[in-house]
Amino acid sequence: MMLPVYLGLLEKAERALASSYRQVAEGHGAEPDIYHLCQTLAKQCDQHEQALATVIERYGERPDDEPERLHAEEMSETRSGPLGLLRDLQDLYLLANLVDVTWMMIKQAALGLRDEQLIQVVSECESQVKVQLGWLTTRMKQAAPQALIVAQ
Amino acid sequence: MTDRIADIWGERTPFSRGEHWPVRVDQKLADGIAEGDVDRWVQSACVLCSNGCACDIAVKDDRMVGIRGRAVDRVNHGRLGPKGLFGSIPGMTSQERLMRPMIRIAGELVETDWDTAMSRIVERSKTLLAGKGPLSHGFYTSGQLFLEEYYALAVLGKAGIGTPHMDGNTRLCTATAAAAMKETFGSDGQPGSYLDIDDCDAVFLYGHNMAETQTVLWSRILDRIAGPDRPFIVCVDPRLTEVAKVADVHLPVRPGTNQALMNGLIRELFVNGWIDEAWVQEHAVGVDELRAVVDPWTPEKVAETCGVDAADVRHAARIFGESERVLSTILQGFYQSAQATAASCQVNNMHLLRGMIGKPGAGILQMNGQPTAQNNRECGADGDLPGFRNWENPEHVKQLAELWGVDVDMIPHWAPPTHAMQIFRYVEQGSIEFLWVSATNPAVSMPQLERIREILDRDSVFLVVQDLYLTETAQYADVVLPAAGWGEKTGTFTNVNRIVHLSDKAVEPPGNARSDLDIFLDYARRMGFTKNDGSPLLGWDGPEDAYRAWQECSRGRPCDYTGISYDKLRGGSGIPWPCNDENPDGVTRLYGDGVFPTEPDCCESFGHDLLTGASVGEQAFRALETHGKAVFKCADYAPPHEEPSSDYPYRYTTGRTAYHFHTRTKTARSWPLNRAAPTAWVEVSRTDAETLGLVEGDIARVTSPRGEIVVPVRVGDVREGTVFAPFHYGYFDASTQVSNGRLSAANELTITEWDPVSKQPLFKNAAVRIEKVADAVGPSEAPTTTASRPFTPGTVPPTVGGADGEASSVVDRDAWTADRAEALS
Repeated sequence: MMLPVYLGLLEKAERALASSYRQVAEGHGAEPDIYHLCQTLAKQCDQHEQALATVIERYGERPDDEPERLHAEEMSETRSGPLGLLRDLQDLYLLANLVDVTWMMIKQAALGLRDEQLIQVVSECESQVKVQLGWLTTRMKQAAPQALIVAQ
Repeated sequence: MTDRIADIWGERTPFSRGEHWPVRVDQKLADGIAEGDVDRWVQSACVLCSNGCACDIAVKDDRMVGIRGRAVDRVNHGRLGPKGLFGSIPGMTSQERLMRPMIRIAGELVETDWDTAMSRIVERSKTLLAGKGPLSHGFYTSGQLFLEEYYALAVLGKAGIGTPHMDGNTRLCTATAAAAMKETFGSDGQPGSYLDIDDCDAVFLYGHNMAETQTVLWSRILDRIAGPDRPFIVCVDPRLTEVAKVADVHLPVRPGTNQALMNGLIRELFVNGWIDEAWVQEHAVGVDELRAVVDPWTPEKVAETCGVDAADVRHAARIFGESERVLSTILQGFYQSAQATAASCQVNNMHLLRGMIGKPGAGILQMNGQPTAQNNRECGADGDLPGFRNWENPEHVKQLAELWGVDVDMIPHWAPPTHAMQIFRYVEQGSIEFLWVSATNPAVSMPQLERIREILDRDSVFLVVQDLYLTETAQYADVVLPAAGWGEKTGTFTNVNRIVHLSDKAVEPPGNARSDLDIFLDYARRMGFTKNDGSPLLGWDGPEDAYRAWQECSRGRPCDYTGISYDKLRGGSGIPWPCNDENPDGVTRLYGDGVFPTEPDCCESFGHDLLTGASVGEQAFRALETHGKAVFKCADYAPPHEEPSSDYPYRYTTGRTAYHFHTRTKTARSWPLNRAAPTAWVEVSRTDAETLGLVEGDIARVTSPRGEIVVPVRVGDVREGTVFAPFHYGYFDASTQVSNGRLSAANELTITEWDPVSKQPLFKNAAVRIEKVADAVGPSEAPTTTASRPFTPGTVPPTVGGADGEASSVVDRDAWTADRAEALS
């Protein structure tokens, strides 16, 4: 059973996303909405990780031996200025998408296993990840024209 | 004669449910003027709060010399409040009015002529447009201009320049009202009517100190309270306001915890079955999610989070659940606090759950803070698309492009309009280099003033300020334009319950001042803005032309003005929109049929996630299958981001007093008003005062992570752990009288943060510490007549107006009004 591999991937991705939200919050603290919402969403990721922990208790987790091409690595630093903000939000967007699609795979497995508890966990977390993606999209679309056309 | 400084609400005229609110005509004439001296009375409406009281301006020898309420009008039945009576004329006739344009030369503002000033603006504007494009331009306007002026500004900004960076100070006062209505009902548009006060069994006031913010509306409630079948009153406010004093239930929540309370109240409705299941099924979507979100919020949990009694939560919910007709009103205690849109949507949700909307006495008033805020929202000078059109709906954008004769792509519609706080951030970052501020004073009214002053002072921005006076903001301007104001120009405006009034020109403006409309039209002409056919974009000749253009823009939209002409507004009462062929006398209440403007092709917004502000988007909105049903939007409680800590142990909140409006630009020029509340203060509870070693009148330093103020202490009726400061006091007259050289503006301390959906700043959530810096030399000068009264009555001199504060009042219980006409029709 390979579900434990995916549980491990998801746990790692949620952790990386949480840490990256915090990184962006600190790095772009002069943007109050970015600061507060990134903190809030980081906490959401923490909660997802906790919810996953109960699942991992039952199924375990293990690494796979396949080569990683796209690394779900947390952001270790932020850029500066309007363009830097845009690119950092875009990094978050990519990470959040990785989280999203991983939840989708877990959901497929949960449905196949008829695991009601896991289905419940997925439904709660997955909808929040969708909102995170919605917020990142909304915020990037707002910031892009100014950053790409007139900002210094 | 009544001392209307001492007696803010005037003589009672009690009435019972379903009766007609008696007429009482209030009047104030200048010293030495008798009624027979008046040459003519000119029709208008008051602009010193959001209530929209109709009035007539007395003119003698081409000067404004007095004011009286219009008996026939639906809004006020003749009444006026202290600000209207004593502030309207002195606010316009001060010798300190700006008379000529000014430009900055070698660091100093010097007077000049219009051509020089406008040429300077146009030159900078054209250079920036050529070099950097429209995103270099920002416009920050007001809730004080007239409809015609907002519409002109919206058209020149969107179709002339093409910038999304337009907003008004309505962002600070009323953005959440609009946002909450868009989320729940699909569009802006006030469901209720002031008439609902006459018919209700209970009034819930959420963060709404109506007794001070809309004194005439409060008179209407006081008259019901004095009548034989008084309605229940429920008040949510951390201060013991005049509203709280007469309330059956007062819920003095900790600032920042509104959403927890609302979730608890709604849970009670579910638990006790106070739900109209059939109505909900037929007229709203999303009830299951709402039920799940509120489920954990027991009265005990609410009590713990909000600092109120669980029994009071139950009692309030029971009043809501068991009254046949409930009116809810919502204002800044919700709009300027954490989770503003979410908490305001919960008020909408309570009414939806009981199907109590659009029926006599069962209404919602998502209030406004300013007299013409509604028009800013309608006309799109706040960034929205005019006529409540949806920027995410290509068909709506196309309608505007056709109306204005420009290409669709000229009109910014790629993202939400840029809200005020973000506009100022772009100025701070140097990407907005041209900022035009009209009729507002951000140097006092925005949060975290030290930062705002630095932004206004930046060399990188060319700042145009258009106002009546040389405000704190104007002092940073590169060009100052003297504007004509109320009584000096003609135009229309619309109040909280959609009632449109005409304000006719009574006198010539002072010096060379020009109406805001004339200034905007002149700019558009000089810039050479044209339609695709080469004709002028704004080829209007005066306000009525602009108004007719707006009528066309509003045609077929929820705010349809096509049936309201200037002529129809002259002589009688104001008229509520929508008014068209179908509804020739306007519509008193919206949504009585349970049909809401949520059709995806019609709605103003596809909505947002209330926690983050993420756009829902067209596809997801269509999937809700609203089709005229309202939407239960909800969110769990999230604690405010700045809570008390060991360094800053007190919660800080700000607000108004009855005697001043905004940053006192007008009201400080009224002797009776200014004497009633001459200087800033901070309110501290008796318990906290004892802990801090403070007594009445002591000078205290209040410090937040953003700054400090040094002001006298009023030991008052605010809840323990919370301190309150009025936000009116800036620095234009601060030489010695106001602050003695020390910072005193409440917004020195407020936080730069905003609601994720409405983008309204959080003026009511901050953490501060407070310490004594000097002994009292006397009591603070906070008014004793209102929520700022001292904890121990009689310990400070009472606030009175004396001879200057006297106004006449004539009660006529049989007088005709438009309300009476409607009741008989």
